[in-house]
Amino acid sequence: MTHQPAILFDGVVYGMGDLSAGFSFRREAGTVTAILGSSGAGKSTLLNLAAGFLTPAAGRIVLNGRDVTGLAPSERGISMVFQDNNLFAHLDIRTNIGLGLDPSLRLDATAWRQIEMALERVGLAGFGTRMPATLSGGERQRVALARAFVRRRPLLLLDEPFDGLGPGLAADMLGLMLEIRAEVGATVLMVTHDPDEARAAADEILFIAKGRIAADAPAAGFFERRDLPDLHAYLGSTAEN
Amino acid sequence: MFVGLALAVPVAVLLSHGGPFGVSSSQGDYLLRITRFTLLQAGLSTFLSVAFAVPLARALARRPTFPGRRWLINLFAVPLGLPPLVAALGLIEIWGRNGVANKGLSILGVETPFSIYGLSGILIAHVFFNLPLAVRLILPGLERLPPEYWKTAANLGMGGLSLFRLVEWPAMRRSAASASGLVFMLCATSFTLVLVLGGGPAATTLEVAIYQALRFDFNPGRAVLLSLIQVGMTLIVMLALKLMSAPTEAGDTKGGASSRPDVQGGMNALPDAVLIGLGGLFVSAPMAAVIVSGLSADLSRLLADTLFWRAAATSLAIGVAAAALSVLLALLLVRARYSAGNQPGSPALGLLAGLSGAAGSLTLLVPPVVLGAGWFLMLGGGTGQLLAPLVVIVLINALMALPFVIRVLEPAHLSTMERNGRLAVALGVVGTNRLRQIDLPAMLQALATAFVFAVALSLGDLGAIALFGSDRIMTLPWLLYQKLGSYRTDDAAGLALLLGGMTMGLMIISERLGNRNGAAHQ
Repeated sequence: MTHQPAILFDGVVYGMGDLSAGFSFRREAGTVTAILGSSGAGKSTLLNLAAGFLTPAAGRIVLNGRDVTGLAPSERGISMVFQDNNLFAHLDIRTNIGLGLDPSLRLDATAWRQIEMALERVGLAGFGTRMPATLSGGERQRVALARAFVRRRPLLLLDEPFDGLGPGLAADMLGLMLEIRAEVGATVLMVTHDPDEARAAADEILFIAKGRIAADAPAAGFFERRDLPDLHAYLGSTAEN
Repeated sequence: MFVGLALAVPVAVLLSHGGPFGVSSSQGDYLLRITRFTLLQAGLSTFLSVAFAVPLARALARRPTFPGRRWLINLFAVPLGLPPLVAALGLIEIWGRNGVANKGLSILGVETPFSIYGLSGILIAHVFFNLPLAVRLILPGLERLPPEYWKTAANLGMGGLSLFRLVEWPAMRRSAASASGLVFMLCATSFTLVLVLGGGPAATTLEVAIYQALRFDFNPGRAVLLSLIQVGMTLIVMLALKLMSAPTEAGDTKGGASSRPDVQGGMNALPDAVLIGLGGLFVSAPMAAVIVSGLSADLSRLLADTLFWRAAATSLAIGVAAAALSVLLALLLVRARYSAGNQPGSPALGLLAGLSGAAGSLTLLVPPVVLGAGWFLMLGGGTGQLLAPLVVIVLINALMALPFVIRVLEPAHLSTMERNGRLAVALGVVGTNRLRQIDLPAMLQALATAFVFAVALSLGDLGAIALFGSDRIMTLPWLLYQKLGSYRTDDAAGLALLLGGMTMGLMIISERLGNRNGAAHQ
């Protein structure tokens, strides 16, 4: 059996002209990759292409040896966590998690037990019947992680999931995410604008500038590099913030 | 106060007339039948409008970017401003005995022609007016949902049915309920459409029965009873509406999703496309018919007719007077409510604020025909006089426009006060000086928007003029109604185009002013 990367972007192009984005990279199973870059550089475009929310104009996206370029988002083996609005506000917590097990919500006793266990796993035991609005922002993100946990998909895509939680809470959540990833055995792509988050969690970095991958490198020592003017400008600008 | 008086006097007159008349059993049957039909047609109209509006709004929300979408949604705002009489003409062109729909049916081999007169016609007309309205009320509830919802749904693989059950319907439920209430209210008090398309005593509603009792049978007692039933019915509906429309939760609104990753294109778009296409056709066809048949009429002869110019001048004069009165009343009410609301701890002023707030909706409670009926009785028939009926028509039209005018003026007034209030006090600009130099200029655009809208509304009104119209008082809708009644269909088509064009022109001007106003406030 030939070796297959978990993620392969093969000459993927999105959009046209000056605003086009083009990505080629590969990732091994079980790695955690932080996607960095200034806003508008194309970080979310990359993530949305992987998730299937955007359709590339050219190129192939291969996940775990399967060409998913033409597949619907739900057929790609992906769980996704956004910065905000991960939970349907009018459905209670256990229903929100249950949707991860069966999108038409036909749940048997085993499924309900799984939901309870997932809530316990993220430290929210007994929260099942509460509504999202009664939870704090951090707790809502935990529920989103619990849903990803029950889904057990081989790929986890995170779009600035811990932004706006405060440094302490974000670090806790990052730890929880890494544990869940290890238990599920998933490969992670994580968009972030916080270099500290990337340092703490990522094995590898994709640095995006102007719709292109400006650097694809191991996380260790990445932020000390001086050969990338875009990175220098980016870190300078975040330092000012 | 004035509004209360203007409403109370006719009701009191109605009551005093009602005193000596008892209710015989045959009359009781008649009243029961009319009431039952009014409720039946309003209920069916509401059901049909909302039942079609929900899937149509869903289809529009699922397809956020197709070409012509904005145009279609703007088109859906048109029926609201279209004079009912003009729309009725267009509907007859499409659905009438010799209309497009029946010709199509006969080609398909269907023998019995579809009849636009009677219940079916009333329903089609009410759906024509209220389906677009309901769509416009329901759609924002869906578009307000955060884009992440659709991405999550796509990621989890929620199918169309479970998406509707778990996400879309909960988002539409509230607005669908309040749209139902509003549509029911509008259909229960609809006058012109039932008058033109009812086509007989079997399909008569309370409003039309009041008109017939006064104008043809001169039976004030019956008119009074009918009016009381009407007011009681609208009161119940309004109370129910108040109960249903709990304050809407302030959601996270980042604007509608620009893409729907949960929705597939290609052949999967076909059901949505068919639904949107049919909806667009249903709404646009009668309007197109008005334009086509209007253009083929002898417009030059119509424009050479002095009667047309007299009617146009009367209509415009009534419209301008009614609009001016309406804006003035609204301004007084809005200011009263604002200053009362600004001084907490004063129960008398609080009561005043509540009253002026209620005055706006009171005019919805007492429909124009009921209002007119009261004044009609007070003036003793009124057909021989000139000035008094004119004043009453202006008054009724002004009151009719009041709720809309208040809705335009209130936010503008509030923001003007917030922006300039303290500064004006600090500079010592007070009293009429302040009103003239600061408040009115700042609200000029809102005032103009409301004024033009009120003119347009009054221009298309048939309700008040139907009671008081005569050879001496002739407005455009009244002239159009007479042409229809005497089967001068060619003239009627031309007139409908002219009247529809005028009101639409005014509505567009009002909309433009309003948009500029809104932009200036941001």
